[in-house]
Amino acid sequence: MPGVIVVCEVNEGKLRKTSLEGLSIGKQLAAAAGGELAAVAFGSSAKSVAEQAGAHGAKMLYAVSSGELEAYSTEPYTAALRQVIDQVKPSVVLFPGSANGRDLAPRIAARLGVGVASDVVKLEWTDGKLRARRPMYSGRVFGTYELEGQPAIASCRPNAFAVEAAGGTAAEVVEVAFEAVPNRAKVLETKSPEAGELTVSEADIIVAGGRGLKEAANFSHIRDLAHAIGGAVGASRATVDAGWIDHQHQVGQTGRVVSPNVYIAAGISGAIQHLAGMSSSKHIIAINKDPEAAIFRIADLGVVGDLFTILPALTEEVKKAKAH
Amino acid sequence: MNSVVCISQVPDTESRIKIASDGKKIDETGLKFIVSPYDEFALEAAIRLKEAKGGEVTVISFGPDRVAQALRECLARGATRALHIKGDATAADSLGVARVLAAAIKTLTYDLIFTGKLGVGTDSALVGPMLAELLDLPQINVVTKLEVGDGKLTAHREIEGSEEVIESSIPALITAQKGLNEPRYASLKGIMAAKKIAIATQTLQDLGLSDLDIYGRGVKLISLEMPPEKSAGKKIEASDPVAAAKEIVAYIRDVAKAI
Repeated sequence: MPGVIVVCEVNEGKLRKTSLEGLSIGKQLAAAAGGELAAVAFGSSAKSVAEQAGAHGAKMLYAVSSGELEAYSTEPYTAALRQVIDQVKPSVVLFPGSANGRDLAPRIAARLGVGVASDVVKLEWTDGKLRARRPMYSGRVFGTYELEGQPAIASCRPNAFAVEAAGGTAAEVVEVAFEAVPNRAKVLETKSPEAGELTVSEADIIVAGGRGLKEAANFSHIRDLAHAIGGAVGASRATVDAGWIDHQHQVGQTGRVVSPNVYIAAGISGAIQHLAGMSSSKHIIAINKDPEAAIFRIADLGVVGDLFTILPALTEEVKKAKAH
Repeated sequence: MNSVVCISQVPDTESRIKIASDGKKIDETGLKFIVSPYDEFALEAAIRLKEAKGGEVTVISFGPDRVAQALRECLARGATRALHIKGDATAADSLGVARVLAAAIKTLTYDLIFTGKLGVGTDSALVGPMLAELLDLPQINVVTKLEVGDGKLTAHREIEGSEEVIESSIPALITAQKGLNEPRYASLKGIMAAKKIAIATQTLQDLGLSDLDIYGRGVKLISLEMPPEKSAGKKIEASDPVAAAKEIVAYIRDVAKAI
């Protein structure tokens, strides 16, 4: 029987990256805890990810293929997941730290009467219990928790766990028939994201702009570079508060806390609230004309200079490097 | 239209956070406490509903004596009633906190429950949905726009790079995201009026809960630690932008391996 189940999100017939990250850490936990790793997916395309889930270590794929689960909605998904958990009785249930994962995890946990460790960056199976490490105070403190719940439930911060191919064959599909429940909060409409825009929480590369851009129109320099390098557009709180860019892009304590591979901060001085949101990025590049800017204290590569000349040059150089 | 707003009191976001000597708590010495910023959007939404449709705004918080100050501030901004459940919220996990709030809210009449999308500091974003489950309410999480009609509401929920428009029956629970509104400051008149309102207090025992139900269970904190201090790397003067750009690209390609 599965010891660990990972709640997966399917997008256009493929597992989202955060789900692959969940399966990768789930595989390690299943090996330590005993039992198999299983994936859970919902909606009519649930079964289509059996091969991909298997390649990332899942032995089983619990597919709740009802058309009522086509798009995420809290109450039907909670009921469907409850059915799977009752059937499987796993020791651990992992969620991606996505908007929907973080909506569903606490709801199902309260239904089961157990707690959740949310936004975790490290998970270990120790002495028959799950231990989770998670950032608090926007990454200024880390807490290590022991989960007593049965099952133990955690949501995983995007980009915190490496995706590892396990080389397995397709997961065995177990169909679960959905027993429909009333849905009191229905999605009427999903507004599609701006074409081609990546979101900061899942991006591997973020190009972020601050007050040094001087005005809203100059975010074009940030967008051009982000587009060339294949990254997301980030922003400091000051630029969001000034109305230069939407809050979705804000990185920091009252925005997104991110940990991409590369974070390029241009014209961002490095207020404590901003640093809290991005200092766990793996490679930090700062461009600022003020050599004393706080951002330089945490930058791996600090460039003192004028962003209005450096960013266009950088965009060109990135295009050249990509063309090779 | 009666609303209940659940707030948590947290260290000011500008604070320098230190770990107490037991390694399990934040050192509160000298810390300034504020209403968690997302709870301010929640409160503002409830006050605007009251102004438009009448009714009560009950603000409620679980925590030690210092929490009364946060409740007082909410009254000054326009909440009409306040309830302080006394206890050590830091010794409970999120489900414990949600159970306490649910027990208190069950004694109230309400149409909507509001809270922030997360409590700044613990950064868990769990109590809202847990509370919705315990009260058997629909939840709309991370809301940036809200319109309340007759027996139903329409809310915009933020998801990755996009948003959903959700229609829900009432009663319901809403968690507030930045952008929902611009929270007001307390006026002098509001501050004076708030002084005349008594903050009701309750204990866990009053709510029929025991310490054993709430404290030291579930998700248990083992230790807190500071992350390793990140040290500055290489710093260059960019007198020639093209040369600087080439150096940045070399770093991204060779060190970060991202090109």
